[in-house]
Amino acid sequence: MAEIKEVTYQPDSIIEELGYDDHFHDHGHDGDKYQVGFVSKYIFSTDHKIIAKQYLITGIIWAIIAAGMSVIFRLQLGFPEESMAWLRPLLGKWIVVNSEGFGTLAPEFYYALVTIHGTILVFFVLTAGLSGTFSNFLIPLQIGARDMASPFLNMLSYWFFFLAGLVMFLSLFVSTGPFSGGWVAYPPLSALPQAMSGSGVGMDLWLMSLVFFVVSVLLGGINYITTILNLRTKGMTMLRLPLTIWSFLVTAIIGLLSFPVLVAGFFLLIFDRTIGTSFYLSDIFIGGEALNHTGGSPVLYQHLFWFLGHPEVYIIILPAMGIVSEVMSTHARKPIFGYKAMIVSIASIGFLSFLVWAHHMFVSGMNPFIANFFILFTLIIAIPSAIKVFNWLTTLYQGDLHLRVPMLFAIGFVSFFISGGLTGLFLGNAPIDIQVHDTYFVVGHFHIVMGVAAFFGMWAGVYHWFPKMYGRFMNETMGKIHFWLTLISAYMVFWPMQYLGIAGVPRRYYSFDSFQTFSMFDGMNKVITVFAIIAFFTQLIFIFNFFYSIFYGRKVKSKNPWKATTLEWSTDIHPGHGNWEGKLPTVHRWPYDYNIDQVEYKPQYVPVSEGEEVIH
Amino acid sequence: MTTKYEHTNTTIHPMMFLLWLGMAGIVMLFGALTSAYIVRESAGNWLEFQLPKLFLWNTAVILASSVALHAAYIGYKKRRITTYRMGLVISFALGLLFLALQYMAWNELFARGIELTGNPSGSFVYVMTGIHALHLVSGLMALGVAIYHAFKLPYEITQKRVNRFKLVLYYWHFLAGLWIYLFLFLNIM
Ligand code: HEM
Ligand SMILES: [Cu+2]
Repeated sequence: MAEIKEVTYQPDSIIEELGYDDHFHDHGHDGDKYQVGFVSKYIFSTDHKIIAKQYLITGIIWAIIAAGMSVIFRLQLGFPEESMAWLRPLLGKWIVVNSEGFGTLAPEFYYALVTIHGTILVFFVLTAGLSGTFSNFLIPLQIGARDMASPFLNMLSYWFFFLAGLVMFLSLFVSTGPFSGGWVAYPPLSALPQAMSGSGVGMDLWLMSLVFFVVSVLLGGINYITTILNLRTKGMTMLRLPLTIWSFLVTAIIGLLSFPVLVAGFFLLIFDRTIGTSFYLSDIFIGGEALNHTGGSPVLYQHLFWFLGHPEVYIIILPAMGIVSEVMSTHARKPIFGYKAMIVSIASIGFLSFLVWAHHMFVSGMNPFIANFFILFTLIIAIPSAIKVFNWLTTLYQGDLHLRVPMLFAIGFVSFFISGGLTGLFLGNAPIDIQVHDTYFVVGHFHIVMGVAAFFGMWAGVYHWFPKMYGRFMNETMGKIHFWLTLISAYMVFWPMQYLGIAGVPRRYYSFDSFQTFSMFDGMNKVITVFAIIAFFTQLIFIFNFFYSIFYGRKVKSKNPWKATTLEWSTDIHPGHGNWEGKLPTVHRWPYDYNIDQVEYKPQYVPVSEGEEVIH
Repeated sequence: MTTKYEHTNTTIHPMMFLLWLGMAGIVMLFGALTSAYIVRESAGNWLEFQLPKLFLWNTAVILASSVALHAAYIGYKKRRITTYRMGLVISFALGLLFLALQYMAWNELFARGIELTGNPSGSFVYVMTGIHALHLVSGLMALGVAIYHAFKLPYEITQKRVNRFKLVLYYWHFLAGLWIYLFLFLNIM
């Protein structure tokens, strides 16, 4: 290999010379006197960087709550013979203590825990916490914009999310318990307040919370799309956008097209619950008495739900994919392999994600001929997914790998995405799915491919952009411990579940004591629970590292600590309002110029030198 | 607000673009409701009934309201202040009339025994027109702001005000279009 020339750049002087003057700081009316008070600066802020941090920290808080819930229900599954009386101070009447002092988790509450765990993680953590954080933080910084198209709507978006969280949080404390019919909220359980204790007030609050949540996603999403399409700096063509931005764009478009459908489904559900319409209900008996609902169809709800539900899983994973591409290329010091193929894959995954929803409904009694259509498109989605995996692996191949924490998490992401994607192929075939539907196989599948993989993408992003967010580094050693323990325990939790599933162990069961067949899995369930607990405590390391480093982490000394090419690293270490002090940078090349022509790296704002050939 | 984000590759005002995206979201909402309608209808046990005649009047009123608002917009740009102001007021009044007619139409349906909680074919009509009416209320609020500006602010043509007016105008036309879509859909199905 030829010598690689090390380089340093002076972004300030380059931007001063070649930048684009939008007279941003000339207006006396904003610029400096902007957001002076504490409340307008840190609470009702309209600055995208602050809003991003609000999303991140709210997401972290929700993640702790949801993970805590999973530990409690895993204790029930792994160690049903142990007393849970010690949890009584926390859970109160949901731990039933008998005369001998032996405490058991109330079955209703087990269901509530599983339901709220899923809802929180899917919507509040992996949608809002992930794409809310990084879309907000990176879109203006990486495309060279001063802020979002509408900073005000952006602020509203966060506060609707906050409101959604507040309502959900309140629902945990109502005396009949929070909603407990599963995160997918199928009727009739979800449509009849009298169906089970959690279907009453708990469900009303759940629905209210999610409607607020959708408002938040839509306000955020239309802003992201508008900003990306309209506010790019000079020279930032679509084919020079970092893959993060492409993935946020497609994510926001998917969200805009699918969340309103979920809301339509929720509206009909709300009407069934409150005014007594029969969209989803028909011929139901409760306590031996026929209700007067006739003519509805619960399968209609499933269609409306999964029309969002499947795109939603890509809403979760695409931002993680974008982050991983960006982090991987930077820390492998190589251009991302197949940049255009990556864009095409992101777009086609986005498109195809609308054509596969009924693969969640193979056993709902749908017409098996129609199922074939959904099998076909489900399997076709594997193609762009595989292209992306191939491109990540080839990016790593012969790279100059710097195995820092963000890079480890990016590689971990690929590992989980492969393992979980493969089980998706099994599920995508109706004949196999009929066997394993609603078993732990599905639970294993989606936790690996979506849950853990998306978390790894998120961590890659947090460790990578933490220096930009807070001007300090997170601790490397703690980061590495966090990575390895999480990697091992996540596999040890979710891998065995796939065996359980193949053996037929059903999901959403409180206890297996009436099925002798499954008693042989007691040991495996214990192992899973132990690793779930390890995984939980490992996260405390991360949380400590995160908050500690905000105040005491090693300080960032130069603007571009990772020697990355994208525009956010040309701003000040602590970028102020408007992101760039003077002019806006202009863009002269694509974002992945690493080790090309024997030059270590060339940021996007660096002009093309004479005789140089540029990629885009 | 506008100048500070102006960039070279902006061919459409960002706020207008935001509005278009918002309208796309609303289209998906109604798309979902109409597909639910189709799916449910094809499953049988579906009560056929006559839509209220008043819906036709609704259609006329909302179209007239759109025309009035457009006249106001042109009036604003061509310095015809009376057209500008009266157009807005008339458009707003017709919007209110639409809601009143809508309410009467629901009453008529109810009197004919098509209840909100009866066969889903009836529930769908109430729900779809009801959600449309809710959107119309949001449009009326925007119109209200425009009227306030028309009477309170000194008359002058600025790019900022043209842009703002256009936002209201497009949204109002969109809501009229949405009604026509619902009207045709419910009549044909
Ligand atoms: C090659 C790719 C994939 C295929 C073929 C596939 C296929 C499937 C199928 C058929 C099911 C339904 C199983 C059942 O309920 O019986 C399923 C469930 C699920 N998948 Fe995938 N999947 C793939 C990738 C993904 C990805 C990338 C994600 C998320 C990022 C994901 C998230 C989920 C979730 C959350 C569920 C379960 C929802 C629930 O029932 O609670 N899948 N998958
Ligand atoms: Cu799916």
